[in-house]
Amino acid sequence: MTTTTLTPDVLIIGGGPAGLTAAAALAPRIRGEVLVLDREKDAGGIPRHSDHTGYGLRDLRRVMTGPKYARHLVEQATSAGATIRTETMVTHWAGDRAVEVTGPQGRLRVEAKAVVLATGARERPRAARRIPGDRPQGVYTTGQLQNAVHLHHSEVGSRAVIVGGELVSWSAAVTLREAGCATELMVSQYPRTESYAAFNIAGRALLRVPVANRSRVTRIIGKGRVEAVEIENLDTRARRTVACDTVVFTGDWIPDHELVRSGGLDLDPGTLGPLTDTALRTSRPGVFAAGNLLHPVDTADVAALDGLHVADQVEAWLTGAGEPAPGLRILAEAPLRWVAPGLLRPGDPAPPRGRLLLWTDRSIRFPHVIVRQNGRVLSERTLPWPAAPGRVFRVPWSVMKGLSAQGGPVTIGLR
Amino acid sequence: MTDTTPHEPDHVYDVVVIGAGIVGSAIARDLSGHQLSVALVEARDDVGDGTSKANTAILHTGFDAKPGTLESRLVKRGYHLLSEYARSTGIPVEQTGAILVAWNAEELAALPGLKEKAEQNGYDRCRIVGADEVYELIPSLGEGALGGLTVPDESIICTWTTNLALATDARQRGAEVLLNHAVTAVSVNTRSTTLTTTGGSVQARWVVNAAGLGADRIDRLFGHERFTVTPRRGELFVFDKLARPLVDKIVLPVPTSRGKGVLISPTIYGNVMLGPTSEDLTDRTATGTSEDGFAFLLDKGERLMPRLLAEEVTASYAGLRAAINHGDYLIEPTPSQRYLLVGGIRSTGLTSGMAIAEHVHEVLEKAGLALTARTDLPGPPQMANIGEATVRPYQDADRIAADPEYGKVVCFCERVTAGEIRDAFQSPLPARNLEGLRRRTRAMNGRCQGFFCGAAVNRLLNENGCGGTAAAPARPEVNS
Repeated sequence: MTTTTLTPDVLIIGGGPAGLTAAAALAPRIRGEVLVLDREKDAGGIPRHSDHTGYGLRDLRRVMTGPKYARHLVEQATSAGATIRTETMVTHWAGDRAVEVTGPQGRLRVEAKAVVLATGARERPRAARRIPGDRPQGVYTTGQLQNAVHLHHSEVGSRAVIVGGELVSWSAAVTLREAGCATELMVSQYPRTESYAAFNIAGRALLRVPVANRSRVTRIIGKGRVEAVEIENLDTRARRTVACDTVVFTGDWIPDHELVRSGGLDLDPGTLGPLTDTALRTSRPGVFAAGNLLHPVDTADVAALDGLHVADQVEAWLTGAGEPAPGLRILAEAPLRWVAPGLLRPGDPAPPRGRLLLWTDRSIRFPHVIVRQNGRVLSERTLPWPAAPGRVFRVPWSVMKGLSAQGGPVTIGLR
Repeated sequence: MTDTTPHEPDHVYDVVVIGAGIVGSAIARDLSGHQLSVALVEARDDVGDGTSKANTAILHTGFDAKPGTLESRLVKRGYHLLSEYARSTGIPVEQTGAILVAWNAEELAALPGLKEKAEQNGYDRCRIVGADEVYELIPSLGEGALGGLTVPDESIICTWTTNLALATDARQRGAEVLLNHAVTAVSVNTRSTTLTTTGGSVQARWVVNAAGLGADRIDRLFGHERFTVTPRRGELFVFDKLARPLVDKIVLPVPTSRGKGVLISPTIYGNVMLGPTSEDLTDRTATGTSEDGFAFLLDKGERLMPRLLAEEVTASYAGLRAAINHGDYLIEPTPSQRYLLVGGIRSTGLTSGMAIAEHVHEVLEKAGLALTARTDLPGPPQMANIGEATVRPYQDADRIAADPEYGKVVCFCERVTAGEIRDAFQSPLPARNLEGLRRRTRAMNGRCQGFFCGAAVNRLLNENGCGGTAAAPARPEVNS
């Protein structure tokens, strides 16, 4: 049995906002085929099952629901001339820019001139958070919950505990409410719930969700179906059980980096995504990355704008751009957990949207950003927006002005 | 469905085997290869849902058994029987080899004795190696190893497929598999024995008790006071497949006076396992994991292989071994009751199961059960391959071309296709719930634990009459 080989100019792995936007931008501009592979039944990525509004703000300059946004991106890529194959999963690398693929059409081999990895991120489930106890039914991640409720119209329980207090945690609360399930409690390790203030206030008012801050879940209880969770106050160490039949683990993102790691591409130890420069090149020539694979996790529109940014870089590679100059590492200092992109090369463009994306473990109302090279302060700036855990902290690229390409690594910290 | 297989209430089976774990299934398979009517009676709603589903899944050479015991003989024999059976049925096996690592002087000094013991058990391929060779064999091992003993034939195997193959084989040979039949009372009469079960009464001429964790209770129902099963909990972590390059051999602790200790092993599904803990309990349903257990494993892991701990945990489990206060397997017939106890089968039961079955039929024959081998046996069942070492359906171009359902990946992390899930519902012992489906296909066992596929898998369960999320409470009225 021979395996069919496809030879598009550009292979985009992942048909979410980043991949589809890159496809839509590239297809009209290059001679060969732009092929998007998506393993889901329908392309569109996470927004497909995020059935609430707020999508498209930064990339499309209008606002729509997740499913509508997903359909719009698919339509945009298709009408631009890109090919989208769904239910088609990349399973292995078969060369520097070649992969093996499984789909109902059979086993395929795809050899491309350029590859864009846009595989996104997922939430760490209970096991990865190492939470002991029984193993009953009724434990979800937000992704699974929204998939079940919005795409499969399944029933969930009647009383839920939400673990995490990120933006997505409120999204989980909205989904639970739609499914007729009350949120008994939201459990967050941080002193304040870390999502957007506006949503937070609205969330508290509309959803009436009680929040246990500075708390963690220490055990899941229940035979067959969840009966309760045990939670601990991180300051007093006091423990109590909260009765519930549903637990949703939200946030705590990890990139879907399987192809990155199995291909031996350089990994950013902070984000756990591929290490890229501001042109979104990975360590393998001709292989690029975009979206929440790089910054787990930012909003869909920011991922989409990565796709727009990477399209220019892919086009430049196809038209024979030379070897990039050696790069400098950009490193995050505590309380910052990661920074993306993590590499800076002289002559490269500014990162997408002219911003560095960072993740903070501590909430700072008026963050003072300090950039150092070789221990010397390069620039500092107080930003008018807060740095808060559970959402991306954005820093204008201009803070990097004046650094020396010959100098050592650059660190970015907060005070 | 097999639990509703109509059996005449007054039908008397020649043999009823209680317990459809590895041991009971192997016994039922063996006996149904003879001119006998056999029933396999199981308390739970699936075969292999007790101790047999949660163990370290190692196919043992038996090198470290206590020489001269029944266990030692049956493990050695079982290794060969199960290896051969795996080849004919497609049960996934990988001969990874094992290495016992000595971390202190006491353990180092124990190695020659262990080698000698292996030789007494008829296994002569162990070799004592120095620290350098230990690190050549397992470069990612933590610092401080002083030496080791290699056991090149220790292997990893799929315990789920083994159990399922044996039970399927028994069924194809004509044995009845009666699920949801927990035995609650026993009445021994002159010609037959009546078992009262939660699924109705079942009558047998002979009864074999292979009830694992419940074997002592069944034994008491027969009026004996031979032993007590202590549920010994073992917790373990399963690390992500991306950790698999760190370790391609079973890394065993040197058994000392303080017990067997924690091992690191690759799994047949391409993951890495760390565990188990060992803790005697009284609750036979305590299969939850614990904070202390996790802390203990992480502490051990930190010393054994610090790099492993940087990897993501895909799953954590707790299993209960049926420990008894007896140094060997307890296989004792009571001919006057036409009853045979098969008790105290600890973690080696996976390996020795088929040899236990062989031994059991000899014991039964001596005790008075007439056994005539059948000449019309069906071939062994061909099991779905859920191991990583050989071709999985999603990788098989011919298979996908013949049936595109094998090209539709439903569970992305474990690469389980729609075709395999369909097959699991259509097999002779079909999946009846999510856990059963997991053990037959690996669906939802992966790193995302359902983030991507959970809803789709639940839909397939519902479509196949399995109810999906078990015991989900009814949706309450929403008040506006």
